[in-house]
Amino acid sequence: MSYNQPDNRGHFEKFGGKFVPETLIPAINELEQLYSEIKDDPLFQDELSSLLKEYSGRPTPLYFAKQISEELGFNVYLKREDLNHTGAHKINNALGQILLAKRMGKTRIIAETGAGMHGVATATVAAQFGLECIVYMGEEDIRRQKLNVFKMNLLGAEIRPVTSGSKTLKDATNEAIRDWVTNVENTYYLIGSVVGPHPYPMMVRDFQSIIGRETKEQFAKSQELPNVLIACVGGGSNAIGMFYLFLEEDVRLVGVEAAGLGVETEEHAATMAKGEFGVLHGSASYLLQTEDGQIKLPHSVSAGLDYPGVGPEHSYLKSTGRVEYVSATDEEAIQSFQWLSEKEGILPALETSHALAFLKQRDNNIQKGENVVICLSGRGDKDVHTVADYLGKKI
Amino acid sequence: MNRIKKIFQNRSEKVIPFLTAGYPSKETTVKMVLAAEESGAAMVELGMPFSDPLADGPIIQEASLIAIENGVNLQWILEVVAEIRKQSEIPLALMGYINPVIKYGVDKFIKDCKNAGVDGLIIPDLPLEEAEEIVKLANESKICIILLVAPNTANERIREISKMAETLIYCVAILGITGGKGAHKTELKKYLKRVEEFSNCPFVVGFGIKERADVIEINRMAHGAVVGSAIIEQLKNCNEPVKTIRNYIQKLTKGIE
Repeated sequence: MSYNQPDNRGHFEKFGGKFVPETLIPAINELEQLYSEIKDDPLFQDELSSLLKEYSGRPTPLYFAKQISEELGFNVYLKREDLNHTGAHKINNALGQILLAKRMGKTRIIAETGAGMHGVATATVAAQFGLECIVYMGEEDIRRQKLNVFKMNLLGAEIRPVTSGSKTLKDATNEAIRDWVTNVENTYYLIGSVVGPHPYPMMVRDFQSIIGRETKEQFAKSQELPNVLIACVGGGSNAIGMFYLFLEEDVRLVGVEAAGLGVETEEHAATMAKGEFGVLHGSASYLLQTEDGQIKLPHSVSAGLDYPGVGPEHSYLKSTGRVEYVSATDEEAIQSFQWLSEKEGILPALETSHALAFLKQRDNNIQKGENVVICLSGRGDKDVHTVADYLGKKI
Repeated sequence: MNRIKKIFQNRSEKVIPFLTAGYPSKETTVKMVLAAEESGAAMVELGMPFSDPLADGPIIQEASLIAIENGVNLQWILEVVAEIRKQSEIPLALMGYINPVIKYGVDKFIKDCKNAGVDGLIIPDLPLEEAEEIVKLANESKICIILLVAPNTANERIREISKMAETLIYCVAILGITGGKGAHKTELKKYLKRVEEFSNCPFVVGFGIKERADVIEINRMAHGAVVGSAIIEQLKNCNEPVKTIRNYIQKLTKGIE
């Protein structure tokens, strides 16, 4: 593979980097060092592989969605990350990072969470490894994701509600970083997406790239390569996990962002469509910001996509044109949620529903008979209240 | 000569107050800086508010949000600095996060800082690894970038940081965010001894400094004491911010109200 981003300073050209307070530099440098040592260490990889297999249930199936394929006129395959333990791709990364935390001798794990899927995954692995776990979650997200909050409690994690700013993922990340700055000596920050300072975007990508690796193998059984890969993009970890090993293949890659009420309104989370270059949460990427460089509050019906930034590598892949970034509205996502449930008997996460919505967009340029793989990043149980609210139904 | 460089040529007790620009209101900022100078402040740090100040505790977070609501932006802060410069030669450093500076345009910002009369910049989310470009630009305009050092910064790295900063470095007293509790005395002493040994330039200390006694103590070990959250806290729900600043800084510099 000749694609070799990021460079040794953690830059994806002008994106990425280590824009953090000095206090965190020793911690991220130590992490970078350790990760470079164990990355190719067979013992570490064996330990991780067996956890992924026996604890999380990998490999996840690549399922041919017959009903929707017939309706659409092209072949849709679902990479079933929702069938992982804890119900989303987040566990791939949480397991990788908890092994690093253990090797670093950290006793306290902190995490940020939006929809709660990363929080649940982190609380799960922390419980499994007997480590204290604190999850920062915006008050607004706590309200819309009650089920995941209670799950995290059951798993022994402490949830710290975040009341600053938009009370969502952005602010939960700020608080997690503040905690980390204060407790850096005994604390490991288990970041949930391909965001944050180097080495996180690279490391999380590597842990998630198992999605694409399995897809490639599973697909090779029938034909050679799929024509199109589609994934939703908030921070972008499931997307990069799916795309990474296909970057140098002749495969069309499409990331779908949250357009909220529409990219032409002020109420969206479409960082790629409307963002500008800047620095947030430790790295340079595209950001939703004001003329004065203040971070804008995003909007999406899906808590996991409700983030004003995006991973630095996605920013880079947009700038090179290798990946197409499109968007789907709240309305389209809700319709797709219902559509997949009715047609295939699978409740997708609202995040994932954005990726599904692309299939039905008239200008998606998918040709008849093409083979399309969607990263079904998570299951939709957590979202049934939100969907019911949206549809004006009481449960 | 750069005003910061000039005052640090002599080792004397220095109090450096931090004020969030445009807090509590836009009208008071120039007056507060001048009052701080009259009360014995050696230099003033003006905070450039950012929506997501991840090295700051609740006190400065709140002040930043209010300042943003008051309509503060970098253009306005530079106008304020130019206004102060009509009346005062006090060294001024702007302190804030990198994103608004990037949005403004790093090149243009440095030029405009020079024209307005800014002497230094403190950017807490710009460590050594990312600072090179801006340090180069700033040097050309005779503005100093005051890089930060933390208690867990290794000796060799302290040296590297001070070499790049050249004029002044800022030692964060504790592992933590602004507005927290003060540093443990013996640990702080050990840490500042290390900085003394390995730094190639003068250094000031901030985080957790509240009283006259802290100012005296810090100035024994370092070249100046920065007071931030303690001042901003005084300004909360306060009717006469200029008078409050005058009194509080007098207490810090002279021990009297």
